[in-house]
Amino acid sequence: MIRIENLSKTYGDTTVVQPVSLTIEKGHIAALVGTSGSGKTTLLRMINRLVEPSSGKVWIGDEDAATIAPHLLRRRIGYAIQGHGLFPHRTLAQNIAMVPQLLGWKPRDISDRVDELLTLFQLDPARFRDRMPHQLSGGQQQRVGVARALAARPEVLLMDEPFGALDPVIRAKAQDDLRDIQRQLGTTLVIVTHDMEEAVTLGDRIAVMDKGVLLQYGPPTEILTHPATPFVEALIGKAERPFRLLSLSHIGDIAVPGEAEGPALPRDTSARDALAQCLWLGRDRLAVQGGGVVTLEALRTRAKGDGA
Amino acid sequence: MADTSLATPVPVPRISRNGLLFALLGGLALWLPLVQFKANRIVAGEGLSLPGALPGGAGWGFVCLVILLLAAGLLYRLPLGWRLGLALIGLAAVILSLGLAAKGLTPEGNRVVRVAPASGFWMLLLAFGLMGTDALSRLHLSRKARWAVLCISLGLIWLCLASGLLNETSVMVEYRARADLFSRSLWQHLTLAFGSLAMALLIGLPLGIMVFLIPKLRRGVLGVLNVLQTIPSLALFGIMIPVFGWIALNVPGAAQIGVAGIGLFPALMALFFYSLLPVVSNTLVGLRTVDPAVHDAAFGLGLTQRQVLFQVQLPLALPVVLAAVRIVLVQNIGLAVIAGLIGGGGFGSFVFQGLNQTAMDLILLGALPTILLALVAGVALDLMVEAISPKKGNVT
Ligand SMILES: Nc1ncnc2c1ncn2[C@@H]1O[C@H](COP(=O)(O)OP(=O)(O)OP(=O)(O)O)[C@@H](O)[C@H]1O
Ligand SMILES: [Mg+2]
Repeated sequence: MIRIENLSKTYGDTTVVQPVSLTIEKGHIAALVGTSGSGKTTLLRMINRLVEPSSGKVWIGDEDAATIAPHLLRRRIGYAIQGHGLFPHRTLAQNIAMVPQLLGWKPRDISDRVDELLTLFQLDPARFRDRMPHQLSGGQQQRVGVARALAARPEVLLMDEPFGALDPVIRAKAQDDLRDIQRQLGTTLVIVTHDMEEAVTLGDRIAVMDKGVLLQYGPPTEILTHPATPFVEALIGKAERPFRLLSLSHIGDIAVPGEAEGPALPRDTSARDALAQCLWLGRDRLAVQGGGVVTLEALRTRAKGDGA
Repeated sequence: MADTSLATPVPVPRISRNGLLFALLGGLALWLPLVQFKANRIVAGEGLSLPGALPGGAGWGFVCLVILLLAAGLLYRLPLGWRLGLALIGLAAVILSLGLAAKGLTPEGNRVVRVAPASGFWMLLLAFGLMGTDALSRLHLSRKARWAVLCISLGLIWLCLASGLLNETSVMVEYRARADLFSRSLWQHLTLAFGSLAMALLIGLPLGIMVFLIPKLRRGVLGVLNVLQTIPSLALFGIMIPVFGWIALNVPGAAQIGVAGIGLFPALMALFFYSLLPVVSNTLVGLRTVDPAVHDAAFGLGLTQRQVLFQVQLPLALPVVLAAVRIVLVQNIGLAVIAGLIGGGGFGSFVFQGLNQTAMDLILLGALPTILLALVAGVALDLMVEAISPKKGNVT
């Protein structure tokens, strides 16, 4: 769990983050969205004290972060920097091994962990272990940056636009993977993004920031259906709203008893994909694997934000 | 092999532009005296050009060979390996002709006559030397191959000298008269160049790191070093004499640990002062050019300031620091000559002795090995810098 209390940052006489308070439950993902320069990175970096707060407190679990030596605090908190920040003079394996080494892991454990992470991020260890960062594509570099942040199985993970350099297809895959990994490890994750879509897909909660002010903090549905200010509403994008809402539910959750022709869809298909299928096939109901159907009616209700 | 080129055939064979330059240089050299014949080491001599310098018709033979080689170098399509071969044959021929001329012109048992290499010899050497280095650089050899070339070149030079081929030339005559002094001077020269470099690294690296970590100190420290750097070298060596002389006299214990106004010590200090600025400023620049994102990530992962410095910043700054080492070493090998003026020894003692006596051969005895040392140090350090520099790739 991370608890932030009245955290603010002032440089000279410009306040770049106005006092912010929010709590991220253990094992949850908080997505920080906002326009460029709104203070997302600054807020994130105050959590691991790369930026010393001007006021306020950060609690990691029940420890006050200000009482832990910064370098020890940072070894417990994974951090994937905006851009990748890989060490250009070290191989990928050495990059990923950095924190475990600092923590004094056994060499065997470190090399096993490196291979495990490379595999997890679809980089064949045999081929990639000894490569230098400059021999990778931008997207691969970012994935290694994330792997490095995860290396010591941190309880808390901070990520600053980790998927910026990825194309949409790989990006979606990376988001899925990240979610799986995060669920598996029970990591508490704070991810900065300026992409509302990514925030909705990943976040258990979304924090919207503008000009250093936290405008709204809540679950995606709440942000989508009850935007607190016109700015939040604009950020969501009116035209996209129903689809974003749909993307939050799986058809397994809204299936009702019944019969429908055609092949059955897996239960974890998103409502958004199901709607697309309905429109494309010209049907008003689709079969769901394991019995039941999803109806156009139910999808329509979901798209209005009802019944969530 | 069929000619498949579809371009309009060129009527006149194309001429290599570099080849033309070498041919002009070499051609001109043939008109100039190959050697200077002197009745003794001090009198002005008589210049002899290649045909006249060698006994019998051998001179004309060498002239023909040189012209042939230079003409072949003009061919545009000549493969680089061949070009290198031409240059090597040319160099061998030029050196051989010098040796033979010296042997031929020195009467048996005469120890007074001097046969010195003259402008024609140096220009021919330059023409073929350039031809060779031009071919080498365009061959884009691997680093290992270039190390090999360096070693082989040194081996060939050693072979030339050890074989006795050049024994009758003036510089070698001077050398034989002072063989002991020469090896002592070599050690002194190396001590001066490497010693001052070592001291500059010992003091300059920490100083560079310090001004990097404490920006407030930058202007002051760099300012002082800049001023040191602008003092003319002769003056700086001169200033060392009274300063260290005074210290040796007045600071207890100073003289015991080797501090003195003249000799090796003040020369070493002068070179050290010259080396400080390049080392300090390159250390600073190297550290500052480390990508801020990398620096940030290092802290973000939980490295301490010290670990960031030693594991990330310094290794990444190393190529720039090594570039300073190269500058300093080559510079100091050259500047160490001035040590000869304040009794510091080294090859400079030959140079200044030669200047005093207007004995050109003695000057060369000091200058030639200095040039060779500087060249070798420069090439070797270039190769080392290249070896540790990160390859440029698709860094994003
Ligand atoms: N060290 C600093 N000194 C002064 N101002 C700073 C400093 N760091 C950041 N700022 C300012 O704080 C504001 C917020 O910066 P921050 O990096 O947190 O934005 P961001 O939301 O992460 O933007 P982006 O999406 O572009 O990364 C910016 O206006 C920036 O100029
Ligand atoms: Mg940012």
